[in-house]
Amino acid sequence: MNMALIQPFINSLDAVISETMRCSARIADVTMEDGMYQRTGVAALVTLSGDIEGRIILDMDSDAASQAASDLSEITGPPSEETAREIVCELTNMVIGNSVTQLNDRGYNFRVHPPEIFLIDVGPRGTLDSETVLLRFELPKGAVYLNIAVHEHSDALVESPV
Amino acid sequence: MEFKPLTCGDQPKIRFLVVDDSVFARKNICKMVEAFGGEIAGEAGDGLAAISKYNDTLPDIVLMDITMPKMEGIEAVEHIVHDHPKACIVMVSSVGYQDNILSALQKGARHFVQKPVKPEAFYEIIRYVLSENTEPAPTTAGGA
Repeated sequence: MNMALIQPFINSLDAVISETMRCSARIADVTMEDGMYQRTGVAALVTLSGDIEGRIILDMDSDAASQAASDLSEITGPPSEETAREIVCELTNMVIGNSVTQLNDRGYNFRVHPPEIFLIDVGPRGTLDSETVLLRFELPKGAVYLNIAVHEHSDALVESPV
Repeated sequence: MEFKPLTCGDQPKIRFLVVDDSVFARKNICKMVEAFGGEIAGEAGDGLAAISKYNDTLPDIVLMDITMPKMEGIEAVEHIVHDHPKACIVMVSSVGYQDNILSALQKGARHFVQKPVKPEAFYEIIRYVLSENTEPAPTTAGGA
């Protein structure tokens, strides 16, 4: 996978978490995955089509999802499962939206599909032409995972990153 | 932070239509609108519902997401502005790339705000858009 495609996702996750949860997301681990995707906590999936195709899953473990629900909904006490899902979905929307904006600035054109809550425990692996990168971010409470399985079309016109 | 209530002409409260497929995002935006002294005229979760809600409520301003199921926000803007040329629509989306912004503006949106939304900047943009729209809002349903 072209790692230049990954950097916007790292930047956006940190920026969105910082803006919405008022804390930093420290990247703790980057691994290449070739097995099935194993959901950790509350997860949402976004698919992309166009010059870059594939899917991205944002997965928050239960501590991080509770913290996000508490920070973003201003509710006290443990959030309902429904609230946590809505919030993770919207965080995913913001992270992926900001990432694709940066990728578009580099010349990629594509369509972003609305985020969907990812309920199954074990999800699809990347396609044959999409290697999967798993990024783990640590928050003050809990962890967030970005599972990225995308590939670029060979005829996509791309400006060199600055 | 406290905001001076938004006004437009001699209307006591600005009426907003909030369109976003995320229930949480809608709640969040509605909360900001209320903090700005506005009133929620209606909510919709996709572009098709937004067109119908617009015709039913004739709001002063629409806050419209882009990426939504059934019909995306930019297409909904085109339909609403076609029927209501004075419709005042601000796009609110996490996808902020130039093509999207240009396309929304060409279809008749007045401004664009990228998520996550900062309340202070959002307030100023709404105030600016309303100041451009000094003529009274339409008073009959159905449009031209």
